[in-house]
Formats: sequence, C-alpha cells, structure tokens
Amino acid sequence: MSTATTHDAHHEHQPSGIMRWLTTTNHKDIGTLYLLFSLLMFFIGGAMAMIIRAELFQPGLQMVNPDFFNQMTTMHALVMIFGAVMPAFVGLANWLVPMMIGAPDMALPRMNNWSFWILPFAFLMLLATLFMPGGAPAGGWTLYPPLSLQTGMAFPFLIFAIHMMGMSSIMGAINVVVTIFNMRAPGMTFMKMPLFVWTWLITAYLLIATMPVLAGSVTMLLTDKFFNTSFFNAAGGGDPVMFQHIFWFFGHPEVYILILPAFGIVSQIIPTFARKPLFGYSSMVYATASIAFLSFIVWGHHMFTVGMPIKGELFYMYATMLIAVPTGVKVFNWVSTMWKGSMTFETPMLFAVAFVFLFTIGGFSGLMLAITPVDFQYQETYFVVAHFHYVLVTGAIFAIMAAVYYWIPKWTGNMYDEKLGKLHFWISCISVNVLFFPQHFLGLAGMPRRIPDYAVQFTEFNMISSIGGFVFGLSQLMFAYIVFKTIRGGAKATDQVWEGAHGLEWTLPSPPPYHSFTTAPEVK
Amino acid sequence: MLVRKLIPWLSRLLGGSLLLAANSAYAEYGLNLPQGVTEISREVYDLHMLIFWICVVIGAVVFGVMLYSIFHHRKSKGAKAAQFHESTTVEIIWTVVPILILVAMAIPATKTLLKMEDVANADITIKITGYQWKWRYDYLDQNFGFYSVLSTPREQIENTADKSEHYLREVDRPLVVPVGTKVRFLITSNDVIHAWGVPDLAIKKDAIPGFINEVWTLIETPGTYRGQCVELCGKDHGYMPVVVEAKSIEDYQLWVGEQQALALASTEDPDKVWTADELMAKGEQVYATNCAACHMAGGEGVPGAFPALKGSKIATGPIADHSNIVLHGKAGTAMAAFAAQLSDSELAAVITYERNAWGNNTGDSIQPSQVKAAR
Ligand code: HEC
Ligand SMILES: [Cu+2]
Repeated sequence: MSTATTHDAHHEHQPSGIMRWLTTTNHKDIGTLYLLFSLLMFFIGGAMAMIIRAELFQPGLQMVNPDFFNQMTTMHALVMIFGAVMPAFVGLANWLVPMMIGAPDMALPRMNNWSFWILPFAFLMLLATLFMPGGAPAGGWTLYPPLSLQTGMAFPFLIFAIHMMGMSSIMGAINVVVTIFNMRAPGMTFMKMPLFVWTWLITAYLLIATMPVLAGSVTMLLTDKFFNTSFFNAAGGGDPVMFQHIFWFFGHPEVYILILPAFGIVSQIIPTFARKPLFGYSSMVYATASIAFLSFIVWGHHMFTVGMPIKGELFYMYATMLIAVPTGVKVFNWVSTMWKGSMTFETPMLFAVAFVFLFTIGGFSGLMLAITPVDFQYQETYFVVAHFHYVLVTGAIFAIMAAVYYWIPKWTGNMYDEKLGKLHFWISCISVNVLFFPQHFLGLAGMPRRIPDYAVQFTEFNMISSIGGFVFGLSQLMFAYIVFKTIRGGAKATDQVWEGAHGLEWTLPSPPPYHSFTTAPEVK
Repeated sequence: MLVRKLIPWLSRLLGGSLLLAANSAYAEYGLNLPQGVTEISREVYDLHMLIFWICVVIGAVVFGVMLYSIFHHRKSKGAKAAQFHESTTVEIIWTVVPILILVAMAIPATKTLLKMEDVANADITIKITGYQWKWRYDYLDQNFGFYSVLSTPREQIENTADKSEHYLREVDRPLVVPVGTKVRFLITSNDVIHAWGVPDLAIKKDAIPGFINEVWTLIETPGTYRGQCVELCGKDHGYMPVVVEAKSIEDYQLWVGEQQALALASTEDPDKVWTADELMAKGEQVYATNCAACHMAGGEGVPGAFPALKGSKIATGPIADHSNIVLHGKAGTAMAAFAAQLSDSELAAVITYERNAWGNNTGDSIQPSQVKAAR
C-alpha cells in the first residue's frame, strides 16, 4: 500500500489531441473513454431495438425481412451486453475505484489502456458483419449450434470479436482485483470499502472465472465449423446440448456481472440522499458474495426444456429459488436505509429508487421463471423478454444512469441541469414501463420471442410496447444532451457535491486532480 | 408537480390498454396463461397463480413500506434522519421467512414436475421431427406420417390480403390425437434445434438433432389447440406453427383409417415413366413446399445466405452433381439431405423443375428410377 504514497507526479505532461487518448494510461481518461464508448454502443444497440419494435408494431412483414430481423435481435443483444453495459461498468470502476479507496490510479495502467483500445476494434469487426454478404450473425446472441454454424462469412468475425471482448474484460477485471488488493489507503480495511468497490471486486472474479469459458465454447464452435471437429455435432458423436451447458455456465454468472455493480451503485446513492448510513453493510457484502456463488450453480434454469433428467430439473429449480433470498436481503436493506431517513429526490436518487422498484419486479418474474413446471410455459416467450429487460434496462441501465448523474459533478466540476435530469427520468421511467410491462402479457398469452411476425391476438400489446419503445429510445437523446452539456459547463460543483455524500471521492476537489490521491489519505 | 400530472395519464393509458385487450375478439388469450385442457395444464396454471399471488403480496408489503417512506421521510417534510444501520434480528427474520415461503412453493411445484415427467403407460406414441421450417408427425404404431406446413398465404404475410383469424397459426395438415388417451410424443429434429409447444397442453420441449425428448399429454376436450416453434431456428422460425386437433376416439379411428388408405394409395409404381410436363407440374409443387423458403419462389435465393438456383452452375451443370446435393445435402450448411424426406418421384420432379424453370432451360428430365439409382 505504500506504493500509493511514493507514486511520483512528474509525468503530468502528456501528448495532446488524439495521441493523448490513444496513449493515455490515466484511470480517469480511460474511464471517460469507456463511458463514451458505452454511450455510443447504447445508441447503436438502441437503433437496432427501434428497428425490431417498428417491425413488431403490426403483424405481417412491413419493414425488414425475417433474416434481417434475426440479425437485429442477435446484434442488439451482443452490442448492448458487451458494448454498452459491461464497458459502462468498467468505465465507472476506472473512474471510481481509485478515488474510493484512496489510490492515485489503477494498479496496471498500461494494461488498462490496452483493455480499452481492444474494444473499438472488436466492435468494428462485429458491426462490419452487417455489411458482409449474408449479413450479420442471425442465430441469436446465445449462439446455439447447429443454427449458429449456419452463419456465413460473418461467423469467424463474430468469434474473434467475442474473443477480443473477452480479453478486454479479463484484463479489466484483473486490473480491478489488483488495484483493490494493493492500493487501498492505510486504514481502508476490506470491511470499510464502499459497496461499489465490493460489488466490483466480486464481479471481477466472476469475469475472470467465466470469460475463458465463453472463449472456449466459441472456439469449439469455430473448430466445428472450419476444422471438422464434432464437439456439438450429434452425427459426429458430439452433443449440441453440451454447448448450452458450457455457454450458460458463462451466461448465468454473466447476468450477475451485469447487475452486481448496479447493486453497488444503488448502495452508494440511497444512503446519500436518505442522509442515513446504509442499513446492513456487512449483510450486503455477504449477500453479494452468496449471489455470486449461487450464480455458478443455476445455469440449468436457462435450459429447462432441453430434456434434462428430473433430478437435474429439481436441483436447478431449488438452487434458482434460493437466489431470491440474498436478493431479497438486498432489497430489504435498501428499503430500511430509506426508512426514517431525510430524503430528497435529485435525479440520481430518482433513478436509484426506480431501480429498487423495477428491479424487484424483474426479480419477481425471475422467481416465477424458477418454478420449472411453469417455466415450461414461460420459456422462450415474451415473458422472459420482459423479465430480463426489467433487470437489465430498469436494473443495470437505470443504475448506470443514476451513477452518471451522481458522479458527473465530481468528474467534470459542473452540476448537470437538474430540471432536465428529472424530466429525462420521468419520461424514461414511464415509457420503459409502457415498453416492457405489456410484454409480460404477450408472453403469458404465448407469443414466442425472436419472431418478426405474430398471430393477430398479440397486436394490441405489441403496439403499446412499440410506442413505449419509441418514446424511451428518443428520450435517451436527452440523456446524451444533458451529459455533453454538463461536460461543457454549468454551475460549479462543490467538493462534496451532495449534502449527504460520504466517502473518499468527495474529499477530492471537483474535478479531481489528474492523479487522484498522490498522498494516501488516512482512513479512520 | 410533474408526478401528479403524469399519474392519471399513466393510469388512463394502462387502463385503456387493459380494456383494449379485454375487448379484443381473443379475450381468452388476453393477459394470462391459458388454463388449458389437461389436468397438468390446470395444475401448472394453479402453480402460476400461486407464485403470482405470493409475489403480489410480498410486493405490496415491500413497495408499501417504500412508498410510505418516500412520502413521509422526506427532508421537505422536516424529517430528521435516524442513524440506525444494523440489526441482526431483522436480517435473520428476512432471511428465514423467504426461505419458508420458498419451501412452501417448492413442494407443489415438485409434485407437478414429477407428474409431468412420468411418460410411462402411454397408449399411443407419435414421433415429432422439426425441420427448417416445418414439422413432421409419424404415427409409430400405425405406420404413417406426414409433414405439417404453415398454410397462411404469402399475401397475408406481405399485407396485400386481410389476415385470417388464425394468421400464422394454421397448417395444411394438423396433428390429430384422440381425447381421453395418454399420448406420448418423441421429439427430435432433422437439422437445427427447434422447440415444439402448445400452451393449452402445457407442453414445450426442445427438438434436438441426434437426441429424442419425451413428453406426454392426455387431452380431455375435443378441439383445436395452437402453438408454434419456440426455439429460434433460422429465417422462418416465426412461420412454423403447431396445430393439434383433438378428436373423439371414434373420429380419431376413422381418421387413422383414412390416413392409412391414403398412404397405401400414394405408393407409386417405381417403373412408371413420367412425361416432362408431369414432372414439371409436380416439381413446382414440391419446390414450393420444400425449397422456396430458402431458394425463393423465383429461384433467386438470398444473396450471401442461400444461393440462387436460377442460372446456378449446379442446377444447369451435370445432373449427377445436382442430384447429389439435393439427395445428400451439404454438411455444415442449411442445405439438408432430402433423400429421406422426399420420395423418388418427388425428388425426380423437383430436380427436373429446377433444371428447367426460371430460364434454366437445360431440357433435361429426370425419372424416379434414376433417383432410385442415385440414392
Ligand atoms: C433451409 C434452407 C434450404 C432449403 C429448404 C433448401 N436449400 Fe438448397 N441450399 C441451401 C444452401 C444454404 C445451399 C448452399 C450450400 C453450399 O454452401 O454449398 C443450398 C444449395 C443448393 C443447391 C446448389 C446450388 C449451387 O449453385 O450451389 C441446390 C441445387 C439446392 N440447394 C437445391 C435445393 C432443393 C431441390 C431444395 C428443396 C427440396 C432445397 N435446396 C432446399 C439451403 C436450402
Ligand atoms: Cu423451428
């Protein structure tokens, strides 16, 4: 930990212009790059969602052909998961972890640079497939063989893009772990770390444990396609279901990778605006750890219909139901933090409170999905689509937006426009429910996911959902506007920014110096 | 302020949408799972409602507390923040109580699951095979089988004709089963993974190439029950419906008799020599149901995904190469082996058709006997 204090500040000078961003090893610059990249991907993935919702506005084929529709659903998922949500969290970790633990920078700054700069190339490759003969991958982001093996020219590009994203994630995760272990300020014991740091530490382990598994499974797809192996080809002695097991061994922890940092963010924001310490800090840490552990043993619940032995179905049902317990503990803790507080509702708090409401709704539908015999009815329908969009959009993405509003005054030294922020919140919050709530009904009525055209009894709810989608999509332009407006100027932020804010990052000036803590602060 | 204006608007919108759904001609499909027509489907429905109400009650408590807090513990109302932040007792309570609720939920769920997986003692066995993009039903005990293909006309999909009542959920030949009989389905696939499902029967199972899954049903009331493929299986995934017709035992027996007679009548004379016109007419029909989904009706294909047959080197080159790819397919692509799917005369006809349609005027006509030799 003493390295933090001896870090010299002589390389303040830096190249300017594009070279500054290409060569930077500074955690704030890299955090900014990640966040801007994520914003760009959010709009690209969002544009694809708009195409999907436009086609689904009415039954029949209006805008696109079925193959392009499948390309859109596949690419929307890949871009949003790997391009928007994950980089946003890595960006937040870059900005915040050193400031929160009292360090000058991340532990491995050059690797940090590399792990970011791999990403634009990975996504360039992935998005380029849209313009190739045969188009982009259309077999779903889950890449199930044999269907995914029918992909044309796009296939090797897809696989290598995933490899690159995986490398980037693993490097980012290693950096977080090393930073947290080695660079904490004196007195910053593990059980004093802010929850955002805790949730990220656990997330980093999930990443390190599962990304190589994804890499392995897609490499097996690659050799099945080009080198005549038969890992997943039944005719050659392989097993297509094995891919699903390997994929979801990665995929289920992945969904917690997408939500644990969000738990951390909300656990920072609610106490600030309730002006009251987080309720049950240590139970929050243990709950996060148990969720992470359970996430490794529930992957079978994505595969209840593949025809598992009954013992397997029962095991995955019970294990999945158990996840509700630590998740419930978290929700109860947040509500208890609000209880008897002295609350104000600035934009970050609005998003955080909406997160608790709407994520809980996603949690309820998740609990319903855990019940195997009923899951047979829900599986692969819009009920599942509604479920994971509640946890990913009103969960992960709402938390990311809350984080941006909460910390942007610290990052830029400028306050965002509170009126616009609140307007953005209310429009988003209402439209996102108009978008996703009716999808529960569609799913229960039996509408399968990933179809470009549907039976006429599904028309009304699809229309409502599409209208919600267009409004939600458009209102995000407001978010971009607010962010760039704040970067350019605005009322000056104080160091503490929020009356109830506690933590090391709020002791630094706004904006903070280039190297966060050149002298390690003493934590009591 | 804003909130107060938005809430009535939101409730009107939601209320309006509920009304819309209730008024629609398909109200029974509107908002919830169907109760279905089997003992199992009703048990599943009850489980669904049970877990739903559990969630509603927990939600009401949690959200109630939260809303109370949001309205009363505000700084603007002069609330002073308390500083408590820990209580082992309540942490234990809200860990243990949910566990108890979950156990109470798991017991009936386990019971139903065990029943669903008990495929023993079935009276009839039907094999279901998924193809890109149709289903095949084989009645294993009665030795006949047939394909079941979407029957919605193209014009309805392309919005040049009005959509029929069962748009996209209608087929040329439905699966027919008797009521009051335990029917076992063996589900598999010929190419990619599909999933066969009918909500009214509470059945959904993946069709996986190289593997056979089992499910069963016992339908109580005659009727037509609809579903569709529920696992993404490529371009026309949205266009492979499942239609099940449950008939009384007598009607079912009659139907089986008809099917067996039909199967017998269609066994053809292998030495018959077909005229070019006969082959072309039959070929066009076979092409439309089996090939047009990928290679398109005009033979133009889909660039990059499915090759054009119009002017294709193979369809205008040596007959042996052409019949080879149609019979044996091409591994690792969507081009399936049709040798097992189509009869000699159908294969002869479709190959002849491809060699002469769309200006491919090779003048060749292929006889079923040639196909037989090439198998
Ligand atoms: C599921 C989609 C699909 C269906 C249905 C399908 N094909 Fe194909 N077909 C393909 C693909 C993909 C190829 C290209 C294979 C390759 O990469 O060489 C192909 C190639 C061919 C070729 C070779 C064309 C060339 O110039 O390379 C012929 C001939 C052909 N198919 C005939 C048929 C016939 C006859 C049927 C119907 C009985 C049929 N196909 C149904 C997907 C399909
Ligand atoms: Cu299918």
